[in-house]
Amino acid sequence: MLLEVEDLCVNYGHIEAIRNISFSVAEGEITTLIGANGAGKTTTLKTISGLRKVREGKVVFDGTDITHLPPYARVKMGISQSPEGRGCFPGMTVRENLDMGAFVRRDRKSAAYREDIERVFQLFPRLQERFNQSAGTMSGGEQQMLAIGRALMARPRLVLLDEPSMGLAPRLIQQIFSIITEINQQGTTVLLVEQNAAQALRRAHQAHVLETGEIVRSGTGAELSGDESVKAAYLGGDL
Amino acid sequence: MSGTVPASARASRRGRPLQIPLPAFLRSRQTRLVMIVVGLVLAYALPIIRPPFLTTTDSDFGGVMVGAASYALVAVGLNIVIGYAGLLDLGYVGFYATGAYTTGVLTSQHAHWPFFLALPVAIAVTMVSGVLLGGPAIRVRGDYLAIVTLGFGEIISIAARNSSWLGAAAGIKDIPPPPSIGPNPIIQADAGLFQIPHLTWNGLVPSVDNLHKTPFLTFGVIDAIPYYWLILTVIVLVLVADMLIKDSRVGRAWEATREDEDAAELMGVPTFRYKLLAFALGAAIGGLAGSMLAAGQGGFISPDSFLLPLSMLFVASVLIGGAGNRWGALLGGVLVAYLPERFRGLSDWRLLIFGLSLMLIVTFRPQGLVPPRRTKRALRVQAEIEELEGEGVDV
Repeated sequence: MLLEVEDLCVNYGHIEAIRNISFSVAEGEITTLIGANGAGKTTTLKTISGLRKVREGKVVFDGTDITHLPPYARVKMGISQSPEGRGCFPGMTVRENLDMGAFVRRDRKSAAYREDIERVFQLFPRLQERFNQSAGTMSGGEQQMLAIGRALMARPRLVLLDEPSMGLAPRLIQQIFSIITEINQQGTTVLLVEQNAAQALRRAHQAHVLETGEIVRSGTGAELSGDESVKAAYLGGDL
Repeated sequence: MSGTVPASARASRRGRPLQIPLPAFLRSRQTRLVMIVVGLVLAYALPIIRPPFLTTTDSDFGGVMVGAASYALVAVGLNIVIGYAGLLDLGYVGFYATGAYTTGVLTSQHAHWPFFLALPVAIAVTMVSGVLLGGPAIRVRGDYLAIVTLGFGEIISIAARNSSWLGAAAGIKDIPPPPSIGPNPIIQADAGLFQIPHLTWNGLVPSVDNLHKTPFLTFGVIDAIPYYWLILTVIVLVLVADMLIKDSRVGRAWEATREDEDAAELMGVPTFRYKLLAFALGAAIGGLAGSMLAAGQGGFISPDSFLLPLSMLFVASVLIGGAGNRWGALLGGVLVAYLPERFRGLSDWRLLIFGLSLMLIVTFRPQGLVPPRRTKRALRVQAEIEELEGEGVDV
């Protein structure tokens, strides 16, 4: 397992945001956490990337306990996150944002670096068109693409995607999910947090349902897509 | 000032495409270089030229220029802390005092080191004090940081006032000036390697004023201009260092941290370390400026030289100029020091006018006179975003 989360508890003050969460992410797969607003999805991701302090439990990445490592150390180990919403640096251009994504790398002049930029442009041709535009002036969808592309620039082994489809037009949602599949097929392990359960379950190898800070169901994407209670709660029921 | 010419060059270079395009020869690298050199020469020559209107009539122009240059130097240092790293430091005067007192102690009060030996020690001591204060202080954010630093600024001057080792309320006197080049007799008429006559103006017609000459290069008690040249030289060096740092990995890390601290962490930026670095570098420049003050024309410092309002003026310099833009900070520092002196003829009214003009500037140009390109971008963007989306918080 590339990432293992064991009995994780995280608090905001006295409020328990997540309780005793355990799950794992297998190398080369897409794992998704689905659930409603406030279920603890974003908190889980932020805890894995190190932005939130752990009250109890462990986060293990590739056999190393990273529970108490600062975020930047985790990036160096190969965990990269695309934050929720507009997580780009609004005053920086697309190019500068992508460069920031590669902050931990020391090979900015190398061919490998240019290849990675090219790869991001292949995934998101839009970004190439907007190369010198400042991120803040782009549309929500473009910013989302930039945030994902930026996360890839660190050459992560595991990329954490927080609600990549949030606020996007339906046509763009399709597109961004197929890009996520493509990223995965190129060899990057993906942990995806989504409210768009139908799409997420279709793309994911493994899936977990979060409700009020706890995992209530787990299975393969296909299994959960067929699960009656998941259908009723997240897929629009039998309408 | 050295800053204004390159600043305008930059401003026009980064102009939006719709603005009147500059002729090609003005955009070339060589032209920019020539303009910077011309600006520098003008900046050095300014107190000799004594241009009409700009020259202060009620106080010694050379002395005013020393003040303006000192503020500019301080503002460039504080700009690293406030403008680049986004840390509101209201106690910058504490570092200014630390640098000045270290110099005073080493060259006059308890030892008799030469100035250029004491200077690096003063910078180092201030830098360490920056790390010691910054370490705990920048763990708190925003207003809290401002309050902690405010306290630090006060503590330094109160501690100096109550420490007889530091000369208590009487301060430290007889701090030697920097070493002169050429002879430096008490009567300055024959001082220096050679003497540079000033200009005098009859309306707009200049003539050479052979009665007033500035010796090159002696640091005496009569002529302030050599001190101005020294500080100006230091400013140039600091600006070069500032440009190199800002364009490096460090500068990008500061920028990311300021725009979105969490996102910066997610990019692998150890934000705490970079903020501490900004704090320490800013402190070092503050200490450098303080050291120049101590070894300045009067050779005298006291706790009264480092009162809290000075801190506020330093912050005002940075904000008026445009936090995040070194040329803005430079301009802001010059204005804050120069304007009250220029209008000294209005006696007590000048402070009222000064205060009002500061208020006008922050009301009508909250981003500063010369805001950095990114501030302009970000302001525009922020307005758009606030319009587009409501307040949504997802846990």
